[in-house]
Amino acid sequence: MAGVTFAKGGVHPAEHKELTEHLAIEEMPPPAEVALPLSMHFGAPAKAVVQKKQEVQEGDVVATVEKGLGATIHSSVTGTVKAIEPRPHPTMVRCDAIIIERDPAAPPRVYEPVDWLKLSGEQLLARVKEAGIVGLGGAGFPTHVKLSPPPTAKVDTLILNGAECEPYLTTDHRLMVEMPQKVVEGAKVLLKILGIREAVIGIELNKPDAINAMNKAAEAASGSDATIRVQGMTVKYPQGSEKQLIYALTGRSVPGGGLPFDVGVIVQNISTTLAVFEAATLNKPLYEKVVTFSGRGIKRQANLKVKVGTVLSDVVNYLGGTTPDLLKIVSGGPMMGFAISTLDVPIVKTSSGVLFLDKTETDVSPHGPCIHCGWCIEACPMGLQPKEVAIYVEAGKGHLTEKFGVFDCFECGCCAFVCPARRPLVQFARLAKMAIKRGR
Amino acid sequence: MATQWAVSVSPHVRKGTTTSQIMWTVSASLIPVMLLSIYNFGLRALFITLASVISCVVVEAISQKALGRPVSSKDGSAVLTGILMAFVIPPGVPYWLPAIGAVAAIFINKELMGGLGFNVWNPALVGRALLTASFPVYMTAAWIPSRAVSNVPIDQYVWGGLDAVSTATPLYVLRHYGFEALTQQFGSIGTIYQNFFVGFKPGCIGETSGVLILLGGLFLLLRGIITWHIPVSTIASVAVMSWIFGGNTWFSGDPLVHVLSGGVMLGAFYMATDYVTSPTVKPGQIVFGIGVGVLTVLIRLKGGYPEGVCYAILLMNCLTPALDEWFKPKRFAPPKQAPVMATK
Ligand code: SF4
Ligand code: SF4
Repeated sequence: MAGVTFAKGGVHPAEHKELTEHLAIEEMPPPAEVALPLSMHFGAPAKAVVQKKQEVQEGDVVATVEKGLGATIHSSVTGTVKAIEPRPHPTMVRCDAIIIERDPAAPPRVYEPVDWLKLSGEQLLARVKEAGIVGLGGAGFPTHVKLSPPPTAKVDTLILNGAECEPYLTTDHRLMVEMPQKVVEGAKVLLKILGIREAVIGIELNKPDAINAMNKAAEAASGSDATIRVQGMTVKYPQGSEKQLIYALTGRSVPGGGLPFDVGVIVQNISTTLAVFEAATLNKPLYEKVVTFSGRGIKRQANLKVKVGTVLSDVVNYLGGTTPDLLKIVSGGPMMGFAISTLDVPIVKTSSGVLFLDKTETDVSPHGPCIHCGWCIEACPMGLQPKEVAIYVEAGKGHLTEKFGVFDCFECGCCAFVCPARRPLVQFARLAKMAIKRGR
Repeated sequence: MATQWAVSVSPHVRKGTTTSQIMWTVSASLIPVMLLSIYNFGLRALFITLASVISCVVVEAISQKALGRPVSSKDGSAVLTGILMAFVIPPGVPYWLPAIGAVAAIFINKELMGGLGFNVWNPALVGRALLTASFPVYMTAAWIPSRAVSNVPIDQYVWGGLDAVSTATPLYVLRHYGFEALTQQFGSIGTIYQNFFVGFKPGCIGETSGVLILLGGLFLLLRGIITWHIPVSTIASVAVMSWIFGGNTWFSGDPLVHVLSGGVMLGAFYMATDYVTSPTVKPGQIVFGIGVGVLTVLIRLKGGYPEGVCYAILLMNCLTPALDEWFKPKRFAPPKQAPVMATK
């Protein structure tokens, strides 16, 4: 299968997937305590609906969003609410969190399968909303909102994002290899909700086993009600970013400021699709997820199924601790993830991986002046000029950079990745956007 | 756990190549050229180069101290400027001459403009241009015949006076006495091609050997440090222009003699490709290269100097910002409406 790819730019970072790609998903025993941040989705923080000392069951609603964008939060363990207090957060520094102490005697909750085929699209959509599902790959945009495009949009294609183009991360890879039928079934649920029949699953060619497994499952599931096919994609970062993915798979370009449904497409990632599957077929809310723990700074690497809210230090203990050469901890992939400074942060819905990078894997050397090599321009998948933006920001003229299209910059990091002067170009782009909004 | 881990912005992984690696790799790729030059012109070639490198590094360090910037000698950029500046001056100049060039190249042209990355003109060529303007006698007459064709002992010129050693460069002969004279002085056209290609001819320290510069350039191409766009467009346009206009009648010039003479090869692979002073985007680079080639031949045939590469590149350097603007990359899927332009 020849790979399709996006229009311009892109880079080839070392993959490091060999650390975890062959490790079967392993379930981590539930921790003694979980911390559920009220903000782990795009939109306003949820409001706690439980009180201190209240007893909760695994899967119970503990926080909701009444209006506006947001997602319901469920308890990931059975136990007692110990506190509602600010805790460290992987991307927001600190955020209020519901702390639940697990009752060690309580058995895990069992969900009975239900026949989702009897449910209508609206009923399924309501399930997705009740299950608190958000986009699990990135910013955590509420999935039920994404699945409700305005009636003017003519959506005809569902894209499942199996690119997993960030180095190190292998969760979607393992899910596709180990439970392809569930993923495909989830896709069918999504198709029913959207009222369409075409789905494309894009997978980078560095995962032949996943392509194989998904191909078989997709063929078996395709029929009169759905056409699901797998498309191999060139191994190139950022193949999995929404606009690049849509272009690679359909040849359509989402204009700046637009959304995928403007070109008739809805994109979901593999983990999200699996969560949709569980919501529809088991009525199970989203409070567990598979996360890749990798990098040479931790004793044992793994693809772990963990409870949302599990504090990182518990995971680290479970995996045997960190190594002395550990230099940086990153929540997410190494290209777009956030560096974190404490092991007290919990795993949230949007965590796809946590990387423990040692000094051979990451680079914290200081940056120098721009030497105009133009490599950043060549690398930018949006055809921007990162170096110009950076020079403007350094000169205190960040507010004048709109003409360079900084708002198209989705902070993929390709530019900074190639920069020989090690310039923090993503940071400069962020500062430029802030300066434009501020007007100076 | 009390350990504090590094916290910095994404991305957290980087491609291997750094600025200083680039500078040192380019410098290293010039070692063969240096060795041949020592063989050609004796140890004086090496000592002039060292004088140039040391002056550039010292001038850079002093200017940075004076201007309150961190001293950046380790990044290798001053070393590379030193090598390249020495490579475009004649081997017979006095040892103090490169120091003056270094002040122009590094202090005035680079540090006063804001340091590495802010200079408009190629530093090595600014050095050479200033020296040519201020010391025309040295810069146009201090040639040494190649030892390969003149059988002079290797150290003859290390400390010796300069009057005795003067010879004329092929371009000078070509310019003032024509093609006939060239073949009289440097042998049949076959011998000329051969010696010019290998580098056995009088000329600037690092400009004589077409083949070694080509090899160094190919090495940089393979390492991804330069791309073909500037060297190929420069050399091709020199060839075409000299073929059309370089002979007694139209379309009768000898492109090979022009390409292998003077600074075309070194200029195309090492000077015009300088990141800071050349366009960042490919179409701009091709136009830049064509400009360099056309201006070079124009100066050679019609201008006041027998050689034009240095000024051609410096002139095109001025156009670099404009070329970058004209050929700026096409954006992928920009917004439907144009963004509101900021006005001030
Ligand atoms: S971070 Fe922004 S500017 Fe840099 S390559 Fe990605 S989209 Fe382009
Ligand atoms: S990659 Fe870095 S050094 Fe090169 S042009 Fe871009 S910002 Fe400048």
